[in-house]
Amino acid sequence: MKLLTKVRLILVLAIIGGMLSSGCSRQKGEAIPLLNWYVFNEPSGAFSMAARQCSEASQGAYQVELIPLPADTDQQREQLVRRLAAGDTAIDIIGMDVIWTAEFAQAKWILPWTGHVAEQAKAGRLAAPLQSATYQNQLWGAPFTTNAQLLWYRTDRINTAPETWDEMIHLAETLGKTGIIQAQGERYEGLTVFFISLLASAGGSVLDESGTRISLAQEPTLFALSVMARLANSVAADRNLATAREDQTRLAFESGNASFMVNYTFVWPSAQENTPEIAEHIGWARWPAVIEGKPSRFAIGGINLAVSAYSLHPELAFQAAACIASVRHQQRAAELGGLPPTIAALYDDPKVREIFPFADVLHSTLRDAVLRPQTPLYNDVSLAISRILHPMRAIDPQRDVVRLRDAITRALNSEGLL
Amino acid sequence: MNLRQRNERRLAWLLCAPAVTVLIGVIVYPILYAVWLSLFRYDLRFPEQRVFVGLDNYVSILTSEVWWQALGNTLILTIGSVSIELLLGFILALIMHHTLFWRRAVRAAMLIPYAMITVVAAMAWKFAFDPTTGFIDALLDREQAWLTQRGSAFLVIILTEVWKTTPFMALLLMAGLTLVPHELIQAARVDGANAWQRFIKIVVPTMKPVILVAVLFRTLDAFRIFDTVFILTRGAQNTETVSMVGYNTLLVSLNLGLGSAVSVLIFVGVLIISIVFIKGFGTPTGRRGEIDS
Repeated sequence: MKLLTKVRLILVLAIIGGMLSSGCSRQKGEAIPLLNWYVFNEPSGAFSMAARQCSEASQGAYQVELIPLPADTDQQREQLVRRLAAGDTAIDIIGMDVIWTAEFAQAKWILPWTGHVAEQAKAGRLAAPLQSATYQNQLWGAPFTTNAQLLWYRTDRINTAPETWDEMIHLAETLGKTGIIQAQGERYEGLTVFFISLLASAGGSVLDESGTRISLAQEPTLFALSVMARLANSVAADRNLATAREDQTRLAFESGNASFMVNYTFVWPSAQENTPEIAEHIGWARWPAVIEGKPSRFAIGGINLAVSAYSLHPELAFQAAACIASVRHQQRAAELGGLPPTIAALYDDPKVREIFPFADVLHSTLRDAVLRPQTPLYNDVSLAISRILHPMRAIDPQRDVVRLRDAITRALNSEGLL
Repeated sequence: MNLRQRNERRLAWLLCAPAVTVLIGVIVYPILYAVWLSLFRYDLRFPEQRVFVGLDNYVSILTSEVWWQALGNTLILTIGSVSIELLLGFILALIMHHTLFWRRAVRAAMLIPYAMITVVAAMAWKFAFDPTTGFIDALLDREQAWLTQRGSAFLVIILTEVWKTTPFMALLLMAGLTLVPHELIQAARVDGANAWQRFIKIVVPTMKPVILVAVLFRTLDAFRIFDTVFILTRGAQNTETVSMVGYNTLLVSLNLGLGSAVSVLIFVGVLIISIVFIKGFGTPTGRRGEIDS
C-alpha cells in the first residue's frame, strides 16, 4: 500500500509538472506550437473567433495567437516591415494587405504557397483577389477578404443612379444645396485608389504588363485627371474634399447633406445603425464609369494571409492560414465584421446576401476589378501619385500627366524622395 | 618641450583615451557610417542590389520638391517657435529672477512642461484642439478643425513647441540674469535710466553670450523637430519637416542610402546653423577667452 501511494504521488506530481511546463515553455517537445497571427485589429471579433476555432480544430497541432496591428494600413506596414527586415521569428502568419504582395515576396519575407495548401487557398476564389496574392506566377497568400467601393446615392432625390462621373457631377450641380458628392481627396492611399480606379475605368494603367515599366497612356490619364479636376472644382464637391477620408465622407453622407458618395461597403451597416431614416433612402450602384458604355473598374482592397519566411513552424502556419481563410471563416467575417469574402460562391449564400443586400452589384464590381500596381516599389509609387495629385482642385491635366510620369519614374528607380 | 611636459601630455592623453574611445564609438563611427551609406543605392528590402552611386542620392534629394518643401516647413517652425520662446522665456526668467516669495515653488512650477515627455505633451495638445473632444473650440466658441488646414496646423505645432520648451529657455536666461552685476544696475538707476533703458542697455548686452547660447541650443533642437509634428499631423497638410522626410525614407521605405543622405543633409543643416551662430554672432563655445571678450 505504502509503495502504491508513493507511486501515485509521483504520478500526480509528474502530471502537474507536465501541465505547468506545457503552459509556459515552447521548447519542450510536447508543447503545442504557438503561431502568431499579425493582422489589423478587427473590432467584431470575427478574426479572434477564426483563430480560436482553427486552433481547436487542429486538435493540438497548433495554437493561433492573434496579435492586433493598428487600423491604418501604413502603420501596419511600418510595424511589419521593421520586424521582417530584422528577421523576427515571432511572426508566423501575416494579414497582408493586397498591395504588399510584390514587396514582401521580392524581399523574401514570405513563403510561396505550394501543393495541397495552395489548392485549398485557390479553391473557388474570385479572379482579382487571387491575382492580388500572386506575384511572378507564384501564390504568396491565401485570399481572405476583399473590398470595393460602390456608388451610394439618395433614392428620395434621384430616380436612377448616374452611370458616369460626368453625368453624376452634372446631376449633382442641378440639385442645389444637397447636390454634394462625397469622395476621398486627402493626400493618402485613398487618393491613389481613386486615381487608379478612374484610370482603369478609362482603359489605362499605371504600369505596363511587365510590371516594371511605366505605362500611363496619354489619353486615359488625361480622362482620369480631368474627372478629378472637374469634380474638385465643381460646386458639387464637399468643401472638405482635400482632407476627406472614408470615415469623414461616411459621416458627411449620414448628416444628409450629400446625395452621392463613393465608398466601401462598411457604410451600409453604419447608416442603418446611426441614421435609419436616411438608410431607408440609400440606393447603390456600380462605381460610376469614366467613359459612357464602358463599365467602371475599381482597384480592390482586402487582405491575404501570408506565412513569414522567418516562422519557426512554416508547415503549421500554412495549415492554420488555410483554415482561417476557408469558406466557414470567410462567411463569419462577412456576417460579423461585414468584410466581403473572396470566395465567389459566398455571394449566393443567403446569410451573406442578408448582410450585403447589394451582393450582386458588389460581385459584378469584383469580377471587373483591377489591382493596384503589383511592384515591390508600390509604396513609393503610391506616395508619388498621392503627392502629385493633392489637392485635386489644383490638377491641371495636361501639366500633371508629365509631372505624374516623372514622379512615378523616379519612384520606380528608387531614386526620388518618396 | 621637456621630459616632464611630455610625460604629462602622455598622461593626459591616456586619461582622455577611454572617453575619446567611447565618443568615437557612439558618435564619430555612426556619422561616418551614415556618410558612407549615403553613397550607395541600398534598399534594406533588397540588400543584394546594393550599388555604389556616388553623390546620386544627394542630387536626387536636392532636386526633389519634397526636400525643399520640408526644409521650408522646418524653418517656419524653427523661426516661429524660437522667437516666441525667446520673448516668453525672457518674461518668465525675469519673473523667476525677481520673485520674492516661494522662489523655489515658482521655478519648479514653470519647469513642469519641460519635464513632460514630448509625445505626451503633443497628445494633450492634439486632444485640446480636437473639434469634438477638445476644449479650445468651446472656449473660443467656434467650430474649427485646427489640424486639417496648413496655417492653423502650423499654429498648433508652434504653440505646442513653445509651451513645451519655453521653460528651458527661461532657465538658461535666468542663469544669465544672475550674471548681471548688481552695482551696474544701481549705478544706472542713480544716473536716471528707467527700467526699459536698464534692460536694453545693461541687462541684454551683459547677457548676450547667454542669450546666444540659449537661442543656439533651441534652434538646433527645433531644426530637428520630429515628435510634435508626428503626433499632431503626421506630416499631413504639408507640415512635414526634414526629420520626418528622413524617418519616412529610412524607416518606412527602408531606403538606407537615400535615408542616410537625408540624415547627412540634416547634419549639414545643423552644422551651418552652428557656424552662423558661432562665427557670425560670436556665440561663445565655452572657452574662457571668448566669454570674456
